[in-house]
Amino acid sequence: MVEDEGIRRYVAHFILWIGIAIVAFPVYIAIIASTQDNALIANGQMSLLPGGHFFEVYYQTIFVGTSGSTREPVGNMMLNSLVMALAIAIGKIAISIISAYAIVYFRFPFRMSIFWIIFITLMLPVEVRIYPTYKIVADLHMLDSYAGLALPLIASATATLLFRQFFMTVPDELLEASRIDGAGPLRFFWDTLLPLSRTNMAALFVILFILGWNQYLWPLLITTRDDMQTIQVGIRKMITTTDALTEWPIVMATAVLAMLPPVFVVVAMQKLFVRGLVETEK
Amino acid sequence: MANVTLRNVRKTYTGGFEAIKGVNVDVADGQFCVLVGPSGCGKSTLLRMVAGLETVTGGEIDIGGRVVNQIEPADRDIAMVFQNYALYPHMSVYNNMAYGLRNRGMAEAEIKTRVEEAARVLELSAMLERKPRQLSGGQRQRVAMGRAIVRQPKVFLFDEPLSNLDAKLRIAMRVEIRKLQRRLNTTSIYVTHDQLEAMTLADVLVVMNGGQVEQVGNPLAIYEKPATTFVASFIGAPPMNLMSTRPDEIKSQLGGAAGEAGIVGIRPEDFVITDQTPAGGVALPLTVEAIERVGAETFVYGSREQEDQRVAATPGELPPGEIIVRIPGTEAPAIGQKIRVAAVRQKLHLFSGDGRKRIEA
Amino acid sequence: MQKQAIFQSKLLPYALVAPQLAIVLIFFYWPALQAVIQSFLLQDAFGLSTSFVWFDNYIELFKDPAYFEAVVRTFFFSFAIAISSLSFALLLAVMADKPLRGSMLYRTLLIWPYAVAPPVVGVLWIFMLHPSLGVISRYLRAAGIDWNPLLDGNQAAGLIILAAAWKQISYNFLFFLAGLQAIPKSVFEAAAIDGARPMRRFWTVTFPLLSPTIFFLLVVNIVYAFFDTFGIIDTMTRGGPGTSTVTLVYKVYSDGLLGGNLGSSAAQSVVLMIMVIVLTGIQFRFVERKVTY
Repeated sequence: MVEDEGIRRYVAHFILWIGIAIVAFPVYIAIIASTQDNALIANGQMSLLPGGHFFEVYYQTIFVGTSGSTREPVGNMMLNSLVMALAIAIGKIAISIISAYAIVYFRFPFRMSIFWIIFITLMLPVEVRIYPTYKIVADLHMLDSYAGLALPLIASATATLLFRQFFMTVPDELLEASRIDGAGPLRFFWDTLLPLSRTNMAALFVILFILGWNQYLWPLLITTRDDMQTIQVGIRKMITTTDALTEWPIVMATAVLAMLPPVFVVVAMQKLFVRGLVETEK
Repeated sequence: MANVTLRNVRKTYTGGFEAIKGVNVDVADGQFCVLVGPSGCGKSTLLRMVAGLETVTGGEIDIGGRVVNQIEPADRDIAMVFQNYALYPHMSVYNNMAYGLRNRGMAEAEIKTRVEEAARVLELSAMLERKPRQLSGGQRQRVAMGRAIVRQPKVFLFDEPLSNLDAKLRIAMRVEIRKLQRRLNTTSIYVTHDQLEAMTLADVLVVMNGGQVEQVGNPLAIYEKPATTFVASFIGAPPMNLMSTRPDEIKSQLGGAAGEAGIVGIRPEDFVITDQTPAGGVALPLTVEAIERVGAETFVYGSREQEDQRVAATPGELPPGEIIVRIPGTEAPAIGQKIRVAAVRQKLHLFSGDGRKRIEA
Repeated sequence: MQKQAIFQSKLLPYALVAPQLAIVLIFFYWPALQAVIQSFLLQDAFGLSTSFVWFDNYIELFKDPAYFEAVVRTFFFSFAIAISSLSFALLLAVMADKPLRGSMLYRTLLIWPYAVAPPVVGVLWIFMLHPSLGVISRYLRAAGIDWNPLLDGNQAAGLIILAAAWKQISYNFLFFLAGLQAIPKSVFEAAAIDGARPMRRFWTVTFPLLSPTIFFLLVVNIVYAFFDTFGIIDTMTRGGPGTSTVTLVYKVYSDGLLGGNLGSSAAQSVVLMIMVIVLTGIQFRFVERKVTY
C-alpha cells in the first residue's frame, strides 16, 4: 500500500468518526429518549443526556405495553418475532439444502424444470404478490398463525442456489469414497455433506434470521390479533394514535428492543454475517 | 484374496465416445498390477470401472470368481486410494479410517483394533485425533492408505496416489506401498502415468493407449521386448530412438523375416561411440548438438547426417533426425563434434511400418 | 451444472425436492398466477359477477394521474436514495481501506445499521425530526426553517430519502470495502510510481476498477428503494401528506387496503413484477460480465 502522510491519516480518521456519528446518532437519541419522562419529550424539552426512568420504562415496555394504543406487552411481540425469524431461517435452510442436494447429486426426469421453477422465485419478492398471497393464506386458515407468517417468506431460491454452488465445489472423490465405504445417499448427506456445509449454513442462518426478524409488510397484513403481532408491526401501531398520546419513551424502548437481537447477531457473528451477505448476493 | 479378470471390457459414453475399447487383463491373486499410459488413455476409467464408480457398457469384470458388473462399489469388497485422497475433512484420522467399518456395522472394539493396527503400520498412531488439514501431504496419503487397509478388502485400487507428493516423498512412498502390499499379499491394481513408478511397482504391467491395451506382461520383459513402437517409446527414459527405414535396406542388412520391418528402434543406452560397425549391427554418423551431464551418465543429443534423415513421423517418436545416446558420465564429446555410434544386432528392435507389430528376426 | 459422480435413485430425489416445490407452488406461483388472471377481470361493485375485460385495468391504471405520479416518485426516490447512500458509503469505504489503526473497529461500528428494520428506521428518524418534539427540529426552527414534514410534501419526501439512505449506508460500505480490498495493492503502487497524486489515483484507478461493484450496488439499491422503503414510509408518513410519499409498493398496499378495485390492484402488482424482473435481468447480465472482468 502506498503510505499516506500523517495529515491524510488524520483526515481519514476524522471522516470515519463523522460517519460513525451519523450512523449512531439516531440510535443514541432513541436510547436517551427511552430513559426519560414522556411529558418532557412531548413538550419538545428532551434532554440529550440519559434520564432516570430506564428501569421503569423498560419494565412497562416488556411486561405491560403501552397504556393507550396496542396494550400488548413488547415481550410477547419479541417472542412472536423470534418464532417467525427462526421458522423462516431454519425452514428455508432445511428445505433448500435437501432440494439443492437432489438437484446436484441425482439425475432424474424434470430435474432442470424443477431447478428453473425454484430459480425463478428469486425474481419476485413477496411485496409484489401480496394480496393474492394473502388470499391463499386466508383460504388455508393460516391468518394469525406462525405458519402463515413464515411459509410464504420461505418460498424463495436464494438458499437453494447458495447450497447448489457450494455442493458443486465439493470434490467428487468424496462421494466416491463414501460409496466405497458403504454409505448410501442419505448417509452421505448426513455424515459428510451436512458437516461440510456447517459454515455455509451458519452464515445463511445469520442473514435469514436478520431478514426474518425485520419483516414488516407481510406480518402487518396477516396478523389481526394483537397477541400475534411482531415487534415491527407493534412499534408502528404505537405511534398510530394522535401525536399527543404517543408514549414516546415506550416507543423508543421498543425500537431499542427491536434492534437489539439483529444488531447483536451482526456484531457478535461479524465474520459469518459478512460471508453470508456477500454469498447470498452473488 | 482374489484374482481380478477383465473380459473384453468396454466403456462407451452416451455421446458415442469410446473410452475403453475391449480390454482383457488377468490379475492373479496377490499380484500387483499397474496400469500405465499417457493421460486420456483410459487407465483411470478402467480402474473406476473395477471400483464400480463407472458403469460397464460391455464385457465382464470378475473379482474373486464373481461377476461384479451390477454390484455396488460398497459390496465389491474393494478399497480405493484416490489421487486427492478424498479424506473426509470434518472427521479425525481415526474416524476417516473407521467410517467404512462402521457403515458395515462392525463392532466398535474390532474397529479400534483394526484402526490402531493400521495406524501403527503407517506410523500414524500419534495423529489419530487430528483432522486431515492438520497433516502434511505425505501423512494424508498414509491416512488414505490406512482407510483402505483397515477394510481388509479383496482388492486394493490405487488411482495415481503419489502424484500430489513431491519427488523425494514420492519415491519413499513408492517403496512403502510395495512393501506393504507384499506383506498383506492383497491383489492390487494401480494407475499411474509415470513409467518409472510403473516399472518399479508392477508384477504385471499393462500399457494402455487410446482405450486399448498395448501390451501386458512382466515389466522387464516389456522393456526388453516392447510389442509396439508406442510401448517402446513410452517405457524407458529417455525414450527409445525410432527410425524408419526402407524394407529393402533392412533386408539387405539383416536378412530373413526382418524384411517386413519398417522401423528400427534402438535404446539410448545400447549405443556405443565407436568407429567400428559390429557384425549384423548398425552404425550412425552423428553431429553432437547438445549434451546433458547428470553425473553418473551423459546424454548426447545428435543429429544424423543427411542421407539417414528418414525418420518415422508417428507421435511419441524423436523429432526428425535427432538421436539420443546414453554414455557413461565420465565421457563427453564436444558440441559440434562428429561422432559415430553403433549398436549390436541383438539390441535392435524391429517393428512393422505402422509401428503396431514387433518383428522377431 | 451437475456432478459427474452421482447417486442412482428413482424416488429419493423427488422426495427431497418435494417440500420446497410444494411451498414455491402454493405460496409463489399460485398467487402470482392469480394476480395475472385477476388483472384481466373486472368485478362489479357488490362482488357478485366478474367479467373478462382484456387490458382495461391496465389502461385505467396508466390513465390515472395518481399512478403516473407514483411511478415517477418511486424512480426519483430510488435514484436519490441510491446516489446519496452510495457516495457517502464510498467515501467511508475508501477511508476505511487505508492501513489505519483500528480499521476493524471502524468496520464494526459502521456495519451494524444493516440490522435495523425499516419501520424502526422510520421511528428513529421521525422522532428526531418530528415537527413539535424532534431534537433536530429545534435547531432547524432556530435557524429559521419552517420545518414540518407532516404538512410539507417536499420535506416529507426529503425525510424519507434521508432515512432510507441512512439505513443503506452500512450495506454499501461493506460491499465497497470488499471491492476495494479485492483490488491488488500493487496497482495503487504502480499508479503512485507513475506520478498520480492521491485524488487523481482515486479517479483514474480506484473508481474504474470499482465500477462493477458500483453498478451492482446501484441495482441492489434501486430494488431496495422499491420494496424496503415500505416500512420506513408506513411508520413516518403513511404516504402523506396527501400522496406526496406514496411509492408503487405503498400504493398496491393502500389501494388493496381500501378493498376497492381488485382488478386494478392486481394490474399494479403485475406491472411491479415486470419492473422487478427487468431490474433483476439487468443485474444477472451484469453479474455474468463481472465474471469475465
